[in-house]
Amino acid sequence: MRYLNAIVITLSAALFLTLLPMPEWTVWARPAWVLLVLIFWTMIAPHRVNVGIAWITGLMLDTLTGTMLGEHALALTIVVYFAYRLRMRMNMFPMLQQGLSIFLFVVIYQIIIYVLQGFCGEAPHTSLFWLSSLTSMLLWPWLFGMLRDYCHRARISLAVN
Amino acid sequence: MTSFNSIRSVLSLPAAPVQYVVNLPTRIVDDVSKYFRSHNTLVAENAQFKSEQLLLRIRLQRLVAIESENDYLKSLLRSSRKVNGRTLIAELLAVAAEPFVNQVTLDKGRRDGVYVGQPVLDADGVMGQIIEAGPLTSRVLLINDSRSGIAVQNVRSGIRAVASGNNYSDRLHLLYVPKTTDIRIGDLFLTSGLGDHYPEGYPVGKVVSVTKDPSHQFAEIYLQPSAHLDKSRQVLLIWYQKNALS
Repeated sequence: MRYLNAIVITLSAALFLTLLPMPEWTVWARPAWVLLVLIFWTMIAPHRVNVGIAWITGLMLDTLTGTMLGEHALALTIVVYFAYRLRMRMNMFPMLQQGLSIFLFVVIYQIIIYVLQGFCGEAPHTSLFWLSSLTSMLLWPWLFGMLRDYCHRARISLAVN
Repeated sequence: MTSFNSIRSVLSLPAAPVQYVVNLPTRIVDDVSKYFRSHNTLVAENAQFKSEQLLLRIRLQRLVAIESENDYLKSLLRSSRKVNGRTLIAELLAVAAEPFVNQVTLDKGRRDGVYVGQPVLDADGVMGQIIEAGPLTSRVLLINDSRSGIAVQNVRSGIRAVASGNNYSDRLHLLYVPKTTDIRIGDLFLTSGLGDHYPEGYPVGKVVSVTKDPSHQFAEIYLQPSAHLDKSRQVLLIWYQKNALS
């Protein structure tokens, strides 16, 4: 129950941050909040959060952002699958290496979105689109620390399995 | 496709509270800044509104006469097109979408009678059409999206064309216009009412560039949309049930 609450709260916070209006010059720099939170939970509690939750969250994200239904769902599902397979190694990595793998994950996520948008005939027209991977990577250490603290406070055991 | 649309509109119900909560901070900031307006600004604004109202009323006097004449002529022609219809003011939710998606979310939904295919206007022109009507919220496809097309007519020369969105420039592109056509920079285009999607006679955009490249088959003509697609907070929904998508 505690787990469920924490997962719902953090994922809704990520959705809020995805939708929050920002100044014009930061629109392309928005980190992939939802993906980062999903990867965190996949590393911490792989038996509770994995591909299924990623798919449902992705559908929600699609309705909220107005993209094609299933677009974010597919991208999140694929990337979370990789994160699930690599979770043991990710947990052992030092922060720098973890950040670099996060960078790779977000790049894969963005490539999938880019390709799907291209199929619909409206691929993003500036290379600033890829800025999001960079900001996500820079954000990861803080986000990871904050979420881990949150888990301690919510008395969630961080048993690595 | 229709079943996907119904899934979308069902999913938009749990999405609505999220969108309303995200809208909240912007709303609070708006309200607070409204509360702290200085007396002088309000007086100046009031004076400006009064003069503007006078101007509009004078113009309206003329329009009433023209409208009744127009209706009379139309009834002579047995045309069933109505000039006035039901309208509703809706507010944009301050919700960011992906930056490459040219859509906005409105705070009115099927509960208020909004339907898919409904035209949306702002104070200066056509904004777009409803593509998804959920119970509480609805989604507007703006006219500068590449999937949007709108039938337009030149005010000066009466030439008709189709204006499609263009994601690369946030402008409208006139499709398949021959190079010999009489279109100049500064020409205003209105909706032509063909295509039965948008009502006739609302401003769509002004011509900002005309290129006649010999290596291309058609003239490249771009319009600057009249509506403030990225600035308007309030929009007008109009009921124009001629050919609604269901």
